[in-house]
Amino acid sequence: MKVTEEDILHIAALSRLKIAKEEEKNYQEELDKIISYMDILEGVDTENVPPTTYALPMENVFREDEPKDSLDRELALSNAPEVEDGYFKVPRVLEES
Amino acid sequence: MRYEAVIGLEIHSELKTNTKIFCGCKTTFGAEQNTHVCPVCLGLPGVLPTVNKKVVEFAIKAGLATNCKINEYSKFDRKNYYYPDLPKNWQTSQYDLPIAEHGYVEILVDSEKKKIGLTRIHMEEDAGKLVHSGTNIKDSASSNVDYNRTGVPLIEIVSEPDMRSAAEARAYMEKIKAILEYIDVSNCRMEEGNLRADINVSLRPVGESKLGTRTEMKNINSFKALEDAINYEIERQTEVLEDGGEIIQETRTWDPAKGITLSMRSKEDAHDYRYMPEPDLPPIVTTKEEIENYRKNLPELPDARRARLEKEYGLSEYDASIITSSREMAEYFDGVIATGADAKQAANWIMGDLSKNLNADGVTVKDSPVDAKRLGEMILLIQKGTISGKIAKQVFSEMWKNPDSPEKIVKDKGLVQITDTKAIEGIVDEVIAKNQKAVDDYKNGNKKAIGALVGQVMKASKGKANPQAVNELLAKKLG
Amino acid sequence: MELYFETAASLHSMLKNKKITAKELTEAVISRIDATENEIGAYLTVTKENALENAKKTDEKIAKGEEIGFLEGLPGGIKDNICTKGVKTTCASKILENFVPPYNATVVEKLLGVNYSLMGKLNMDEFAMGGSTENSAYKLTKNPWDKERVPGGSSGGAAASVAAGSAVWSLGSDTGGSIRQPASFCGVVGLKPTYGRVSRYGLVAYASSLDQIGPVTRDVTDAANIMNIIAGNDAMDSTSSKKAVPDYTKSLVKDVKGLKIGCPKEYFADGMDKEVENAVRAAIASYKDMGAEIVDISLPHTKYAISSYYLIAPAEAATNLQRYDGVSYGARVDGEDIVSLMTNTRTAKFGAEVKRRIMIGNYALSAGYYDAYYLKALKVRTLIQQDFTEAFKSVDVIMTPTAPTAAFKIGEMEDPLKLYLQDIYTVPINLAGVPGISVPCGFTQNNLPIGLQIIGRPLDEETIIRAAYAYEQENNWKDKRVGGEN
Repeated sequence: MKVTEEDILHIAALSRLKIAKEEEKNYQEELDKIISYMDILEGVDTENVPPTTYALPMENVFREDEPKDSLDRELALSNAPEVEDGYFKVPRVLEES
Repeated sequence: MRYEAVIGLEIHSELKTNTKIFCGCKTTFGAEQNTHVCPVCLGLPGVLPTVNKKVVEFAIKAGLATNCKINEYSKFDRKNYYYPDLPKNWQTSQYDLPIAEHGYVEILVDSEKKKIGLTRIHMEEDAGKLVHSGTNIKDSASSNVDYNRTGVPLIEIVSEPDMRSAAEARAYMEKIKAILEYIDVSNCRMEEGNLRADINVSLRPVGESKLGTRTEMKNINSFKALEDAINYEIERQTEVLEDGGEIIQETRTWDPAKGITLSMRSKEDAHDYRYMPEPDLPPIVTTKEEIENYRKNLPELPDARRARLEKEYGLSEYDASIITSSREMAEYFDGVIATGADAKQAANWIMGDLSKNLNADGVTVKDSPVDAKRLGEMILLIQKGTISGKIAKQVFSEMWKNPDSPEKIVKDKGLVQITDTKAIEGIVDEVIAKNQKAVDDYKNGNKKAIGALVGQVMKASKGKANPQAVNELLAKKLG
Repeated sequence: MELYFETAASLHSMLKNKKITAKELTEAVISRIDATENEIGAYLTVTKENALENAKKTDEKIAKGEEIGFLEGLPGGIKDNICTKGVKTTCASKILENFVPPYNATVVEKLLGVNYSLMGKLNMDEFAMGGSTENSAYKLTKNPWDKERVPGGSSGGAAASVAAGSAVWSLGSDTGGSIRQPASFCGVVGLKPTYGRVSRYGLVAYASSLDQIGPVTRDVTDAANIMNIIAGNDAMDSTSSKKAVPDYTKSLVKDVKGLKIGCPKEYFADGMDKEVENAVRAAIASYKDMGAEIVDISLPHTKYAISSYYLIAPAEAATNLQRYDGVSYGARVDGEDIVSLMTNTRTAKFGAEVKRRIMIGNYALSAGYYDAYYLKALKVRTLIQQDFTEAFKSVDVIMTPTAPTAAFKIGEMEDPLKLYLQDIYTVPINLAGVPGISVPCGFTQNNLPIGLQIIGRPLDEETIIRAAYAYEQENNWKDKRVGGEN
């Protein structure tokens, strides 16, 4: 499938990446080249072939509902770019998730 | 044109496990910010989730209790979106193979039963909480994030758009709450956000089968807000349509103070959650035998209990459904009749004075100052004739403030009913002497006139005389 | 031979027999680092104090006559995408420039349990994305055999340090060849265990369904000994196998009689580098001389492996790397609101290849393309897995070159797709989840190492270790050291 410049902008937004105007074309050409290579898969007959999501076949791996120690708050916050009163601080968030 | 509302609910319920869904941090509500966190729920580089067994058990129970089919093969997926309360910027949830699908619950509104379809129930993790430093969001320059709630286990119960009114939506949510309480998988404390709903509302002309454009209201966490928001939204959409306008598909917030919904005007680009199977969590396989085993071990559910109360105790459908609408209420009822108290009397007291007092004081039946045992003992006093029904109201009010047994209260306050004819005779004679007109009326064939005389005797005895004894005595004396 | 070039096993016995002290060895490795690091650039963080402290404790234990474990006193390096509590773990990315994990990866816990000696954290391609270590945000690592060439990647630092003598052993990670290919380029042994054999907890995820941690060592004996320490089920990793871990050193026997070796025709296709082909064919011939049976086999879906891999891995990476947003850890570049803060942070702090793969991954996962790309890739993965299952019905191991060429020159692989195609012999192994080991099997005329890849059945590391050991004993490639010291 042809990767368009519009695709690039959409994918960049989904990726939370900014693509400078002058890079757009470059990106588009590069991704198009790579994705075009992937199109080789179109020729593979995968009817009735299940997808492989897990490399090793396993199921029902569970943990008992028993509490474990949490991190000390100081350690939990130790890598934070900005902290306030034991919270991770970010610019104000208006929209709901 | 007349419009019909079409309402669907997505109810999120936090499960009452000790630990989070994917790590061993505690789920206790109200802990100091960022103290129930670990590398896993903070989404630090390198961590992996592990599934809490209890969450799967609870979700299966919830599925069975709502008549769902349990998927023998189920898996987790990543739902990708960016939000600062979501440390990994994806929510581990379930997409195409949820734990349970295709169920229903029955609701009773205006004496009519109706089935509400359940599309699915899936397991997922809760997000953290954003706290704003200023008096409201718009004043504060920053937001603070607390990840204690991140990873608290949730089930999301998605209904079909089967509801047509706010009352039906409320009845549905009450039923879901009752069921979750009965099977003991959630605390359902709505004020703590244990149970909250996203509401979808759309309108269509009556008779039309195609769905109209819907709006969504998120995180509604009280029954009142649920009803108010739906009613407002129905009214708003009706006005828009009647003015020839169009409904915009959007998320709106419910402002309980103003009683209106508001458009969020979110800048968020169109959602593309890019669901993908969670490679870090092997699938969940449940055998038919295991499912049957869960089914066998389910406790009695609200509908079954209601039917049993109707059948065993002759309660009306309405009374039985109110009493079984919460597990606590139903258990309270059981406690009352365990004392030997009459079931219908028990129902009347629970739905009457008890409910009135609970509502007035804003307490739940679990914290009722009058426990089931004392109410039962009081009803027994009525049954034995120790007190009259009227005096019982006084006794009940006293019990609300006073932890003593009903016997002691009756004795201390001298409220024992007078059944001794001799003790009543004097009062009866006095009343006959003072009420010549009523006496004459009675003697002239107006038998109803005796009622006024009985009333006078009761009044003079301060309610303690046994009304039946008074009646008999008067009838005898008046020939 | 210089101390810093000895194998872990021989250093371990020298320590036990008091021929050397751990202090002497550690100082020798530290001075080797001082002498070579400027040129080689294998490390991102060097933890000299830590290694010296460990040496002191080890020497005290030996002096008291106590037993020491295999790795005690032997300075080793860990790839910088494996979390070490209190020691910076950057994944060679600016976005984790100052990230100090508050926890240890399970493998690190296991190593601490046997008193290992951490010499430092090793350079890599940013977030393990690359095959040359040129994608590190911090420095180039150079191939110790030819400093104009790359060490391979993404575990370039892990392979270069072991080859250069600046670490006695190291741990790398392998998602599409990232242990085996640099091992091949640097003339050392690199083992990628079966998916699930070694816990991934604490390995910073690139592609979760493909990643595995494994040892990079100077010989097969060292690899077996380290596998004994790091392998096994972990309650923190739900995808880790519950199968009991054998004693891998029991597989260190020179016996391949009757071993059935499969040679997949798709891996010996036209256009492969002649020197590589000759070396690998000679190695396989040497097995025949030792009594093994060589069988021609086919892995028919091989040609689709690169496409399948370069859709699945970027898709998983796109979500795995979503967490780097400047909110609760890592670098932050401010913005007027939360969306621009996240976007600015990611745009400024991720390198070009990481961005490229995130973009490919999100493309493959996005609405409208999911079925055609991501889902299709997962189905093709099933077919590739089935190729191996089928082949292992008739053979015990499969042998191939590890990489189509010896180490290439720095800057030579500018075209990303060209670099992706270099992974053709290694990615199918990750897609199938089976174990693979790269052992040195010769040198090019330019004195660049060549690697032989030996692939085994799922959870059968024992057989590939035995096969690799037998070859190593029969030949003397492993004794050759950088700089001609022998």
